[in-house]
Amino acid sequence: MGLISEKNKFVLFNPLSKDNPITVQMLGVCSALAVTSKLEPSLVMAMAVIVVMAVANVIISLMRNTIPNRIRIIVQLVVVAALVTIVSEVLKAFAYDVSKQLSVFIGLIITNCILMGRLEAFALANKPWPSFLDGIGNGLGYGIILVIVGFFRELLGSGTLMDYQIIPEICYEWGYANNGLMILPPMALIVVACIIWFQRSKDKSLQE
Amino acid sequence: MNRESNVYTIVYASVMVILVALVLAFTSQGLKERQGENESVDKMRQILRSINIVVSNEEAQEVFAKAIGTSYLVDAAGKKVEGDAFSIVLAKELAKPEATRKYPVFEASIDGQTKYIMALRGAGLWGPIWGYISVNEDKNTIYGADFGHASETPGLGAEIENASFGQEFIGKKFLDPSSQFVSIAVVKPGKKAVGKDYVDGISGGTITSQGVEDMLSSSIGAYANFLKN
Repeated sequence: MGLISEKNKFVLFNPLSKDNPITVQMLGVCSALAVTSKLEPSLVMAMAVIVVMAVANVIISLMRNTIPNRIRIIVQLVVVAALVTIVSEVLKAFAYDVSKQLSVFIGLIITNCILMGRLEAFALANKPWPSFLDGIGNGLGYGIILVIVGFFRELLGSGTLMDYQIIPEICYEWGYANNGLMILPPMALIVVACIIWFQRSKDKSLQE
Repeated sequence: MNRESNVYTIVYASVMVILVALVLAFTSQGLKERQGENESVDKMRQILRSINIVVSNEEAQEVFAKAIGTSYLVDAAGKKVEGDAFSIVLAKELAKPEATRKYPVFEASIDGQTKYIMALRGAGLWGPIWGYISVNEDKNTIYGADFGHASETPGLGAEIENASFGQEFIGKKFLDPSSQFVSIAVVKPGKKAVGKDYVDGISGGTITSQGVEDMLSSSIGAYANFLKN
């Protein structure tokens, strides 16, 4: 079996589309609402989740034959919480500015349902390498949606992207106004819903 | 080995918890020094931003030493007292009874004029907010302001961190014409405040904006006697 066999390819890329954690599995929606009012925190959050998810998946997968069944959720939680704490401490020491940005999300990563969901559903039953790919894949699937939502919310809500002004000043002079509703949490739900709508109309197999 | 037995479960949980605790304790201790350094550099950068000097992490210490002349503490009566202004933790001071609190003041000399920098601390929506604010020689007109927060919502309350929010304060006055301390109001954009200077709050960040207003009136209120001297 090669490193990227057909099966592993499926594990890696399926969460990007047909098995997307947010739009199909409906996991991690809460954090998708909280951090996507701007593009930059969406990107940072996406990267943080990819890293934590991949590493946590590998660790749980390595431990999978020793974990007592009755306390497996607690074990998963301890691993994730410890990882996230270490990541945040290391960032504080070596990338202080990034850590200040991340401080809001640290707690959100621990409680992210995608993490627990993937550990429980995949890492506990699979070898480390596929688990690693599954973590990366699901992190990417989550990240893509976050970035799309963040893109539209910042562009329409603040007229900027990554804090650079995108919509030219002249539009404002002609009466264009930023849509303040876009930066409020409900619009994240509506944007996610639009993505789901688009995805399901393209992919007949997802329609119920 | 029976993975379902009680003994195995208890031993497993204990070993795991001890291991994780050890790893976390070592990481925390090992990185403490570097984190402390980063925090003090960050504090210097904040203080410098409140007198409108923006520097990188590397330059911070050098510029800070040059720009900030003297620093001291003042008590509630506005009198100078002994102590190190930079290392004082405002959050701890605010937990003490009011009469024994000390507040830091940094003096900077810019274009021959003395600027007084004062520290702020208050509560936002999700956690603490803080900042530094500098006033001109008249101890009344704001020369610059910088705000920070622990966990306000990105895009909403967290916008107080933006330089553009701090800049709104420049030129506003803490005292009314009869030299009474009235603070500065943070109002919804488009609204006005009567009897005192005001700035526009953050749209969608009403509670954080309110927190900034409360922080100004309580933290700068504590310096009121110092300002009137």
